[in-house]
Amino acid sequence: MRTFGTNEFLFIVYALQWTITLTAIAFVGGGVVGICLALLRISSRRLLRVITSGYMQFVQGLPLLILMFVCYYAPSLFGLEVSAIAAAAIALTINSSAFLGAIWESALRAIPKAQWESADALAMTPYKTLRFVIAPQAIRLALPSTVGFLVQVIKQTSIASIIGFVEITRAGQLVSNATFEPLKTFLAVAALYFALCFPLTQISLWLERRAARRGSRA
Amino acid sequence: MNYTFQFGPLVAYLPQLLNGLWLTLVLSFLGIFGGFMIGVACAVASTLPSRLPRFLVRCYVEVMRNTPLLVQIFVIFFGLPNIGIRMSPMNSVLIALMLNNGGYIAEIVRGGIQSTHRSQFEAAESLGLSYFQTLRFVILPPALEKVFSPVVSQCVLLMLSTSLVSAIGVEDLTGAAMIASSETFRTMEVYLVIAAIYVSLNFVFRALLNAAGLIIFTRSRRTLLRRT
Repeated sequence: MRTFGTNEFLFIVYALQWTITLTAIAFVGGGVVGICLALLRISSRRLLRVITSGYMQFVQGLPLLILMFVCYYAPSLFGLEVSAIAAAAIALTINSSAFLGAIWESALRAIPKAQWESADALAMTPYKTLRFVIAPQAIRLALPSTVGFLVQVIKQTSIASIIGFVEITRAGQLVSNATFEPLKTFLAVAALYFALCFPLTQISLWLERRAARRGSRA
Repeated sequence: MNYTFQFGPLVAYLPQLLNGLWLTLVLSFLGIFGGFMIGVACAVASTLPSRLPRFLVRCYVEVMRNTPLLVQIFVIFFGLPNIGIRMSPMNSVLIALMLNNGGYIAEIVRGGIQSTHRSQFEAAESLGLSYFQTLRFVILPPALEKVFSPVVSQCVLLMLSTSLVSAIGVEDLTGAAMIASSETFRTMEVYLVIAAIYVSLNFVFRALLNAAGLIIFTRSRRTLLRRT
């Protein structure tokens, strides 16, 4: 019987690349869709706003696990086989898009209306207004929560282990099955997550404090 | 797409799904309630003048917030038997859910307590209130009222994450769905139904918790009534 030694630990560390890959795909994909959602939410068309809001409410009310199952099994209705990583990436992208969309929408709404109006008075096109006037301010507002949400995404990638994708939680299960030392194994897995997430949490906290200081000075 | 949806075979699984729904509700309720108790206790402990409780609460909160719930469940269910603590799947997930929710709520409530002005403490002290009276009547009510809406969001997220308990074989709504789908091969139908149930539960929970808030906090009830 194997014991939990350096090799087993390295096996889990090696799987870390998949956790990070999945996080990156989900965060970038979710970010791109999230920006579109946030912009649709502040559009002047009522219908667009309602549909976007409906999508966001729906996704936010759905457990990620169920979303992952649906993404895993739905393509087979069309005769397509998707790999576990593709299903996990799609589900995580959909999930993060709704949450990031909500974060950024509130940042966009927090910009005073006068900023839009004065940009309009300077004859800036809507795109230019967004790019040079609104976005720089909104990004600063949204940054702490966005980094905070990145931590959520990292933790949520663990759910991909349930559909069989080998990231660090699944690697931990494999090691624990081989060594019969689940306590050490899962504590090691937890420690790796902690090592990834804790620095990001601290950065998010620091950004928040800095924003609060700047806000009080202004 | 030449797939015909057949919801018929699911009817036979209605009792299992209802049992699963009930278990999801029980887990959510206990998780929310237990987590709230732990959270408020930790938040109060972290405002004590002495350093040790503050440090311990800090460690607890950071560990809970920076590791996934799924791994926490695995540590408690698979890991603890290694050191002789053996629990049923149900008890393991209950403890995991409460501890996890407690960590988040502690952080939220601590923010509420710290935003209370120092003069409130001083005024309570000059009225001769004891420490617990100050907490109970002066500090906690406005602090909890202030952070009520983030607490509600956190509790709804907890309700959604109870679906993870199916990973160790607890037959909650998701667990029952997994069984039904593997026995009928009507996978899509099962998960569509389950998805609809979770989304409605989300709205129901939000509404119920907000209603509870209006009943508990007289001040926000009064502002609401005045506005309408």
